[in-house]
Amino acid sequence: MRILNHSVMLQFLSQPWHWSVAGVLIGLTVPTLLLLGNRVFGISSNLRHICAACIPANIPFFKYDWKKEAWNLFFIGGAILGAVIAANFLKDPAPFQVAAATQRDLQALGVQDFSAMMPSDLFGVDQIFTIKGLIFMVFGGFLIGFGTRYGGGCTSGHAISGLSNLQFPSLIATISFMAGGFLMTHFGLPLLFKLF
Amino acid sequence: MSPIINTPTPVETNTDFEVRSLDAMCVNDSHLVEPWYHNIKYALIGILFGITFIKAEIVSWFRIQEMFRFQSFHMYGVIGVAVVVGAISIQIIKRFKIKTMYGEAIELHDKTFNRGQIYGALLFGFGWAITGACPGPLFAQIGAGFLAIGVTLLSAIAGTWVYGYFRARLPH
Repeated sequence: MRILNHSVMLQFLSQPWHWSVAGVLIGLTVPTLLLLGNRVFGISSNLRHICAACIPANIPFFKYDWKKEAWNLFFIGGAILGAVIAANFLKDPAPFQVAAATQRDLQALGVQDFSAMMPSDLFGVDQIFTIKGLIFMVFGGFLIGFGTRYGGGCTSGHAISGLSNLQFPSLIATISFMAGGFLMTHFGLPLLFKLF
Repeated sequence: MSPIINTPTPVETNTDFEVRSLDAMCVNDSHLVEPWYHNIKYALIGILFGITFIKAEIVSWFRIQEMFRFQSFHMYGVIGVAVVVGAISIQIIKRFKIKTMYGEAIELHDKTFNRGQIYGALLFGFGWAITGACPGPLFAQIGAGFLAIGVTLLSAIAGTWVYGYFRARLPH
């Protein structure tokens, strides 16, 4: 009976989670970090801490005591571990779903693989040294790192922490990065897909 | 602005607060000096967070494409509910002056506007649509076995470094 319950629960957890469940859990991260020790939820700062820890190069922006922010590196280390657990032990046996309209649009652009969370024809290991890798990993990643720090935060720091605390600058930033995403999706990607 | 490097202070005086808070969203406001293993609790929260990211498929390039093409409500639901839950929680913390588990008062700082929040966020939005990842999912994608995203992460670190290098010359 216990074994049965256990497997029923595993099966339940292995389905894709509803947006409301994820929303509640991510929203609760904000007060949890505050209550555990006055920590403000924000992930992109880790990129800065990694720079400060590994390659500060005497740049004032990276000369601070990053060890004091080590909690955030532990947090993101935990997130990597959580992803390992979810991907290996809570794997959904059902095929991955993509909205029909999105699949049609992306097929028209040239995306071929819809079987997993990331299309392997863009983000597979074999794409690293190709023009696709240069666009989707190197160029895209650079924009994330440069843009989040220039903008002072990412989805977690601005959209979730900032809006939760009713910060007007975070609203401006959230509107701006959503606008950036719309522009890139509708006008940029069609051009980028022509490059290979 | 004097950098404090490898000089353990008995009580954090936040002298480098300006440097850290210039635009970093996560400012460590605790004045306690804690042993390293106290950080394990943040790793545990991180594990739950990472599982949520994978199981709700927030790390999927397709979910982000669906969002930017208005073809699914999923990501709007996740972010919307998270903001509402976060806002209610913060109001409760403020209203009842709830303290941390170590008895410290919870400090929340107001952000000041600068134009970088528009320019930078726009650039980040471009990157988000290309990679299908904001910084959190970037780490989680690697954990989920999409190892090539390690390249994206290294490039994001490089992007942050280049920003730090040119910071003084950029319009803010």
